[in-house]
Amino acid sequence: MDKTIGKVTGVNGNMITVAFTGAVAQNEVGYACIPGKDRPLRLMSEIVRIRDGVADMQVFEDTRDLQVGDALEFSGDMLAAELGPGLLGRVYDGLLNPLPELAEQCGFFLQRGTYLPSLDRTTKWAFTPVAKPGDRLTAGETVGTVPEGVHTHRIMIPFAWRGVYTVKSVAPAGEYTVEDTVATVTDAKGQEHEVKLMQRWPVKLPITCYAERLRPTETLSTGIRSVDTFFPVAVGGTYCIPGPFGAGKTVIQHQTSQYADVDIVIVAACGERAGEVVETLREFPELIDPKTGRTLMDRTVIICNTSSMPVAAREASVYTAVTLAGYYRQMGLNVLLLADSTSRWAQALREMSGRLEEIPGDEAFPAYLESVIAGFYERAGRVRLKDGSIGSVTIGGTVSPAGGNFDEPVTQATLKVVGAFHGLSRARSDARRYPAIDPLDSWSKYPSVIEQPRVEALRDLLRKGADVEQMMKVVGEEGTAMDDFMAFLKKELIDAVYLQQNAFNEVDACCPVARQREAFDVLEKIVSERYAYADKAEARRAFLQLQQAFIDWNNTPADSPDYATRREAVLNFVAEAPHA
Amino acid sequence: MRKLYHQIDNISGSVVTLRAEGVKNRELAEIDSRVGTSLAQVIKLAGDEVTLQVFAGARGVATDAQVRFLGHPMQVPFGDELLGRVFTGSAKPRDNGPELTMNPTDIGTPSVNPAKRIIPRHMVRTGIPMIDVFNTLVESQKLPIFARAGEPYNELLARIALQAEVDVIILGGMGLKHDDYLAFRDKLDASGALSRTVMFVHTAADPVVECMLVPDVSLAVAEQFALKGKRVLVLLTDMTSFADAMKEIAITMEQIPSNRGYPGDLYSQLAARYEKAVDFEGAGSITILAVTTMPGDDVTHPVPDNTGYITEGQFYLRNGRIEPFGSLSRLKQQVNKDTREDHRTIMDAMIKLYAQYKDAAEKQSMGFRMSEWDKKLLRYGARFEEKMMDLSVNIPLEQALDLGWQILAECFEPMETGIPTKMSDKFWPKK
Repeated sequence: MDKTIGKVTGVNGNMITVAFTGAVAQNEVGYACIPGKDRPLRLMSEIVRIRDGVADMQVFEDTRDLQVGDALEFSGDMLAAELGPGLLGRVYDGLLNPLPELAEQCGFFLQRGTYLPSLDRTTKWAFTPVAKPGDRLTAGETVGTVPEGVHTHRIMIPFAWRGVYTVKSVAPAGEYTVEDTVATVTDAKGQEHEVKLMQRWPVKLPITCYAERLRPTETLSTGIRSVDTFFPVAVGGTYCIPGPFGAGKTVIQHQTSQYADVDIVIVAACGERAGEVVETLREFPELIDPKTGRTLMDRTVIICNTSSMPVAAREASVYTAVTLAGYYRQMGLNVLLLADSTSRWAQALREMSGRLEEIPGDEAFPAYLESVIAGFYERAGRVRLKDGSIGSVTIGGTVSPAGGNFDEPVTQATLKVVGAFHGLSRARSDARRYPAIDPLDSWSKYPSVIEQPRVEALRDLLRKGADVEQMMKVVGEEGTAMDDFMAFLKKELIDAVYLQQNAFNEVDACCPVARQREAFDVLEKIVSERYAYADKAEARRAFLQLQQAFIDWNNTPADSPDYATRREAVLNFVAEAPHA
Repeated sequence: MRKLYHQIDNISGSVVTLRAEGVKNRELAEIDSRVGTSLAQVIKLAGDEVTLQVFAGARGVATDAQVRFLGHPMQVPFGDELLGRVFTGSAKPRDNGPELTMNPTDIGTPSVNPAKRIIPRHMVRTGIPMIDVFNTLVESQKLPIFARAGEPYNELLARIALQAEVDVIILGGMGLKHDDYLAFRDKLDASGALSRTVMFVHTAADPVVECMLVPDVSLAVAEQFALKGKRVLVLLTDMTSFADAMKEIAITMEQIPSNRGYPGDLYSQLAARYEKAVDFEGAGSITILAVTTMPGDDVTHPVPDNTGYITEGQFYLRNGRIEPFGSLSRLKQQVNKDTREDHRTIMDAMIKLYAQYKDAAEKQSMGFRMSEWDKKLLRYGARFEEKMMDLSVNIPLEQALDLGWQILAECFEPMETGIPTKMSDKFWPKK
C-alpha cells in the first residue's frame, strides 16, 4: 500500500491543517517535517478532525519554523504506547519518551523532534513459557511470563488481535529482548503471527480483553484515616479531589502514592509544577516499600507532562497513563492511577477546541467535555480476567477549579462519574487542618473499613458540632448551653485526632486499617459518653489534654513499647472524667 | 536577497495579514511604513495568508507598507555588555547606549527536562525578615507577590533587587508607569546595583505587543546567564499587565475567550514563563519573583488564580506589609532546617502567637473584657508589627532571629510561648 502523503497548508499555534492524497484515519499519527541540513526535524502530530478533505492535526511539539508546503508523513497508526516488561520504575513524558534517556541525549532542555523507544531494546528478560503448542488463545491470554521486580509479567496475545489463535510454537525458557519472538500462532485462516515480549496499543481506546467487569466492593486502603473511614475509595473505583491552590491536593496524592495498598502506582503529573515531580523522582528511589522490601520506585511509573511542556502532549498523557494501568491490570494486579491535575487536561482540550473554532460550551470548554471525562474515568474498574484472576484499575484525579469554586464545568462533570468526592476546603487549609478534606461536603459511595452506621453516628456528631460552632459565633460562648458546648468539643476532638493527620510525621503519615479500627473504637467510646463538667473552661481544658494524649498515641509506632501505655492514657480519660 | 511585499490586506489592532510565500511560523518580519520601521512576528499561516503581530502596533501602517521577512524568530542579544543597560520589550536600547547585536539568542526556548531538575537547596537572602525568617525565598523558586494596585510592590521589588545575594538581576517591567520605571532606574543606579542588572521595560505608553515579549526576553537572557553559572534573580512587574496584553491580542484575533475575556491558554502561557525557574545541576539558577496585581483585591480573579496554581507559594502584600497568613513559600522547608537551629522554632512560635494576637485584637474591637493574657498578646502584636513586619526593617536573618527572641522575651515568659524547653533554655535572652 502506498504511504499517504500530506502537505501542510496552515499553521495556527500548535494546530496545523494538512492536505493529503490517499486515505487517513481519525486520530492517526503523522510527522510534520521541517527541512533541515542533514535530515528533517520530524514533529509528531495527531489528526483531530477531517473536514472537506483537509485534516486538522494537533502537533505535540512547538511549531516554530514550520511553513506552508512542508511535508507530512502519515504513520498509518493511531497514537500508541509500547507495552512490555521494563515500564516499572521509569519516568516518561506524555508520549512515553523516557525522560532520563532524553536528558542523556539532549542535555538540560527538551529538544523537539527527538523520540526514543519507551522500552529498552537490549535488556534481556527471563522468559518462562506457559502456553503449549495446540492451545487456542484469544487476545489478552497468556503465552508465557517474565519476572519484573516482584511481579510476574504476563506476555499475552496482543490486545489488538481479533479472533482465536492456535499456538504453533512457543520459545523455550531463556533470555529474550522485547523485540524477540517468543511464540508463533496461527489465526483462523491459517496465517502465522509472531508474539513478541512487546506489543503496541492505541492509548485512546480502553483495553477490554477481560471476561467481565465486577462491581468495586472492596475498600482500598490509602492509610489516610479521613479517606478510609469516612470517604473510602474502592479497589477498582474512581474518586476525585477538587480544591483551590494551596489546599494540599498534591500532598494527599503524594501520600497516597506512597502508602496505598496496591501493587502498582502510575503517577500522571499532568500540566502541574515540575518541582513536584522532581520530589517524587528523587525521593521514591530512596523509600522502601514495607510490603515488598524494595524501593517505592519499583512499583511506580511516572508519566510527567508538566505545565510548560507542549499542551497537546498533555492531553495525550492521561491516556498514556491509563493505558499502562490497563495493561498491568491484565496481569491480575491492582493498579492505582493518580492524575494531577485533570483540570489541566481539560484545559488542554479547551485550547485545542478553541483553535479548531468549535462552538464553545460553558466557560469555553468544548461541549464534549463531559463525555470525555466520563470516558476516562470509566476506564477504571475491577475485572475478572479470562483465566479467572482479578485485576483492577483505580483512578484518583485532582481537580483545580478556577477560584476554588466547585461550581465549574470540570468539577461538575467529574462529580457525575466518580464514586467518591474528597472536596478540599480553603477554610480547613487556612486553619492548617490537614488533610483539608471537608468532612461535611465530601461523600463516597463505597464501603468503609468501619461499619456504616457507626461512621454515620460520628458524622452526625460532626454536623451537630459544626452547627453549634456557627451559633457560638453569634451568641458567644456565654450564651451556649453546656450540652451544645460539649457537642462542639467532641467535634473538635474528632477533627483533631482522627480527621487531621500529619503527612510529615513518620508514624502518623500512614494509618493502616487495623490501627484505624482500633483508634475508631476508642474515639467512639469517648464521644458516646455524657460528661458533666463544672464549667466550660474545665471541659475545654480536659478535652485539650485528651487531644494531646490521643495525638501522642497517634504518633507512636505500633511496635513501640509505649503504644499500649499511650492507648491506656487515652482510655483512662473516660474512666476519670465526671459523668452525668 | 529576500523578497519584499507591498500589499497588506487586513489591519486590525496590532495584527496585520498579507499574502506571502515561503514564510515560517513565528518568523520575524520588518514592516516599513510612513510612521517608521517595526518588527513583527508571524503568528498564523493559512495557505499563502500570513498573519503578523506588529510589535510597535499597527497605528499608521499603510496597506502598501514594505514587509520584509527576516528568516529567523525573535532573538535577543546576549553578553556581559547587557549588564547595566535598559531595553524595550523588543530588545532595543531604551537608554542612550549603543544597539547590541552579539550572540543572538532565541526566546521562548523549550522547557527543562524534569529529569534534569534537582531539589532546591539554597536560600536567597533578602534582608527582609518577613521573607527570610517566615517565608524563605529559595533559589529556583517562582513566587508571585499578590497585591492590590496602590500597594508599594515596586518599592519592595527594588529593595529585593538591591539586597538579594545573587549575581545577576533581570528586571522585566510590563505596563509600568514611566515614573515607576525612572524610580527603579534611579534607585538601582544610586546603590550601584545597576551594574549587575539588565532591565527590559515596557511602559504603559508603549505598544501592547512589546508587553507580551518582556517575560520571554527577560527569561531568555536569564537562562543564558544561568547556564554560565550565574545565580539570576528575575523580577517581573506586573504580570497582570502581561495577561491583559495577551487578552487584548487574543480578542483582536477573534479567539473565543474563556474566563472574563482571557484566552483559554492563560494557564499554559503563564506556566511556560514561570516554569523557567530552575536550578541547573553544575551551573547557575533562575529565581522568579513576579508582581501580580489583583484587580478588585480579588484572589479568585483569573490571573492571580491561575498564577497560584503554577507558583510555589505566594506573598500577599497588604497595607504595606507582607501578610504572614496567606503568604507561603512552599520551598522554605528545604532550606530553613540548615540556617540556624532556632529558625523553625522562631518561625512557628511567632506566627502562632501573632494569630492569637489577631483574635485578641478582634475581641478588643468588639468591646469584650481583656484578660492579662490578652493584654500580653496586644503588646506582642504591636511590637511584632513595628519591629518585624514593617518593610523598612532591613537586617540579616541571624539578627532577625535574635530580634525575634528579644520581642518574645519582652512580652512573655518562656513557658507561655509553647517553645520547647530545650530551645528556650539555649536562646531565651538573659536579663
